Amino acid sequence: MLGRLTLDALPSEPITIGGAVMMTLSFLGIVGLLLYFKKTKWLWKNWLTSLDHKKIGVMYIVVAVVMLLRGVADAAMMRTQQALAADAPGIVHSDMFQQVFSAHGTIMIFFVAMGLMFGIINLILPLQIGARDVAFPFLNSVSFWLFVAGMVLINISLVIGEFSTAGWLAYPPLSGLEYSPGVGVDYWIWALQIAGIGSLLSGVNFFVTIIKKRAPGMTMMKMPMFTWSVLITMVMILFAFPILTATLAMLALDRTMGMHFFTSSFGGNPMMYINLIWAWGHPEVYILILPAFGMFSEIVPVFTRKRLFGYASMAFALGSIAFLSFIVWLHHFFTMGAGANVNAFFGIMTMIIAIPTGVKVFNWLFTMFRGRITFTTPMVWFMGFIFTFTIGGLTGVLLAVPAIDFQMHNSLFLVAHFHNMIIGGVVFGYFAGLAYWFPKITGFKLNDQLGKAAAWCWVIGFAVAFVPLYILGMMGATRRLDHYAVSTGWQPLFVIAAFGGLIIMTGICLQILQLVHGIWFRKRNLDKTGDPWDGRTLEWSTTSPAPFYNFATIPKIHSRDEFWERKQSNSRQPKHEYQDIHLPKNTGLGIMIAAMSLIFGFAIVWHIWWLAVVSLFVAIALLLVRFSDDDTEYVVTAEDLAKLEGSRRYA
Amino acid sequence: MKKRLKIVLPIIFSLGIVVVFGIFLRGRDIAVIHPAGTVAERQKDLLIFATLLGMVVIIPVFAMTIFFAWRYREGNKKANYQPEWSSNNLLEFIWWGIPIIIILILSVVTWQSSHELDPYRPLESEKKPVTIQVVALQWKWLFIYPEQDIATVNLAQFPEDTPVNFEITSDAPMNSFWIPKLGGQVYAMNGMVTKLHLQADEVGEYEGVSANISGEGFAGMKFVAKASSQTEFEEWVKAAKHSGNKLTLDEYDKLTKPSKSNPAALYSLAVDNLRDSILDKYMRHNSDKESKSQNMEQINKHEMHH
Repeated sequence: MLGRLTLDALPSEPITIGGAVMMTLSFLGIVGLLLYFKKTKWLWKNWLTSLDHKKIGVMYIVVAVVMLLRGVADAAMMRTQQALAADAPGIVHSDMFQQVFSAHGTIMIFFVAMGLMFGIINLILPLQIGARDVAFPFLNSVSFWLFVAGMVLINISLVIGEFSTAGWLAYPPLSGLEYSPGVGVDYWIWALQIAGIGSLLSGVNFFVTIIKKRAPGMTMMKMPMFTWSVLITMVMILFAFPILTATLAMLALDRTMGMHFFTSSFGGNPMMYINLIWAWGHPEVYILILPAFGMFSEIVPVFTRKRLFGYASMAFALGSIAFLSFIVWLHHFFTMGAGANVNAFFGIMTMIIAIPTGVKVFNWLFTMFRGRITFTTPMVWFMGFIFTFTIGGLTGVLLAVPAIDFQMHNSLFLVAHFHNMIIGGVVFGYFAGLAYWFPKITGFKLNDQLGKAAAWCWVIGFAVAFVPLYILGMMGATRRLDHYAVSTGWQPLFVIAAFGGLIIMTGICLQILQLVHGIWFRKRNLDKTGDPWDGRTLEWSTTSPAPFYNFATIPKIHSRDEFWERKQSNSRQPKHEYQDIHLPKNTGLGIMIAAMSLIFGFAIVWHIWWLAVVSLFVAIALLLVRFSDDDTEYVVTAEDLAKLEGSRRYA
Repeated sequence: MKKRLKIVLPIIFSLGIVVVFGIFLRGRDIAVIHPAGTVAERQKDLLIFATLLGMVVIIPVFAMTIFFAWRYREGNKKANYQPEWSSNNLLEFIWWGIPIIIILILSVVTWQSSHELDPYRPLESEKKPVTIQVVALQWKWLFIYPEQDIATVNLAQFPEDTPVNFEITSDAPMNSFWIPKLGGQVYAMNGMVTKLHLQADEVGEYEGVSANISGEGFAGMKFVAKASSQTEFEEWVKAAKHSGNKLTLDEYDKLTKPSKSNPAALYSLAVDNLRDSILDKYMRHNSDKESKSQNMEQINKHEMHH
């Protein structure tokens, strides 16, 4: 009846019990608060069932931030363990430690970075191209809730059963049935599978949105650079994510149906998995970084009060990075014994990526040249980004030389390198973006001093935490060690790294403080103009936060920095001729379909076949209900619109 | 005053850290930077060359970032302000061009070094190389010396200044075979043999590790790579042969059982072609049905035989 789910699946060790209890209590606490303040209906009506891209965006970010805290807690455990475990047991045993690092990587990439990315894209992109919503609002809701379903599944593994110990990419044969017979890898597969399908659907959605829903006059070469970056990212998602879906499906078939795609015997081939997962995985890291590039390309011109330097070059660089990112995957396993020609080819392709990336850096710098720079929080993030990211780029080029990679691969040098790119590039970029667009999202500004202090903590903390890892890697310390010998002489460096982690955590505390402070004093810091930074692009032309219909009349575009030009020439848009507008109705079907997917994933993890079949059928039935519903939109009449507009200030 | 402090303090702070760190690292043994083998030596030279080449871009970027940020800060009204200036073909030509040249140089170096330092390429030497068959087990390394008829666990001894041909496979999840002081690193995989050619230039004991996660006991999967003189090596081989430990198939089966942080052990080899039978374990059922049943018969016979 319940497959392999028994009472033994409940946690039995202090740390896991603690985590499980905390998770359950916080969930119950939130539900309790909602019930106490009678907010459940409000939450359901205004948020959970909403198809408004701005609300979906906010929900993405809330989920991603909560997951960031979990990922950071995992990181803190690893740093503590490695600082202590020189010929000593440390705080966790090896099995637990391996679950922690597997969860850390998976959560940070899939549920933090992807979540923040889609959150910011949802919030800003339609506004930036002068659209009222995304192309497929219902699909957007389904994507978001699938992302949440994956997130919930991975967190359930903390309470019921265990998580994978096979690392964030679960290479077979370690992740195969023979060496990982438990439910851990299954949790990993299905959390990623469900969230990954959500990402793929989002990719379709935003691709079509940019192609079809740009305001009249916005030709491709008049799109803001962030829009360019999102367009190219979505194309990458369309090519890369199906590979992930197929690879995970094959691994799942191996594990649940006894097939042999990736087993070592019976004709299977684990090397095929490693090729496939990186054929997705390498584009994936560029999927994360390109939107961050796009954000900086918005931020730097605004805070230097100058046009973006080399627009065409910037767009071309994005495109070439995207193309190249699909032909470098083998550099993740030079050590697998491919021939020298193959290794050299992939090494050289990898280095070539440094060219367009370097060009982007120069173009940002020359956007600053002869500008008027104000060092607000987003700019401090940008400066931190330039320094950390460039160093990461250098170490990346080193690793791209196969002969050097043989000495660095799988060591902490590699770990330091990709954190250099992901923290220094992706995280700093998204934090800069969040700081920049925060007033547009919420309608009030955050304290700049706190924001800058947090950015400094992150930048310095990063250096203190990861420079020791570079050196440890060169001393021969491999990644994922739960203990090591005192005689290696590594411990002092691990202690310094842990201290760096503490500095980063101070930064996070400052960010939380900044948020609380901002909400507490929001009335004092309201953004009444809709344009707090003297912005250049369309999202700043509407109020903060944008009304539910974004723009009363769809703007006409004449130049790249449309809003800036409009302000310069003092020309107002022609008097508004309001028309009826159609907007999507709320629906709970998205969340229900995702809930069914969650149950489906859970049922397969535990081999509860009847439940899997039932939930799959219900999910399909719900989808059919939606397809057969013709009444999915409502109309805001021109009259109502005029009234609504009359009651608002308009910039 | 306050503004100047804001600029000066971080610079002093970061310089201070660099100095302290430098002092801290002096005299420490950083394997990749202080190699003891021919291959690792070349890999280190390559690392330093590529780093210096990278500096050609890094240093101007850092200098420009600091200078532009300071020069064009909002408070500095003396600085030129050109809000519409947004393209310059010559400048763009320069920063597409210089990185292209650098990458071109590095590409040539990459191509050559990939071939010269290809782990599959035997090292040139007048001395006859020693062949060591490496088998990754859960969670220990088995070293088979087919020419010497001995085997060891977690200890690989070989003569100095002599090429060592490692032939690597796995009877466990994938591992990576790495001796940082001598040069790195190739994966150990089921049913396949990968190759790594190394040579120790000086007598010494070097740490060897598994670099790829392979399950619970992975962190303890260490071995010692010991380079000794030729005579010492020969004596050691003799000692292993007469150690009384025989590596039979039964004994091998015991070794394949998971165990953590194993001490070194010496065996005399009591099976022929042990490595090939380990490889064969993963070849079963591989081909069509007919040969499959044949294989099964052979394996059954084989097993009954022992």
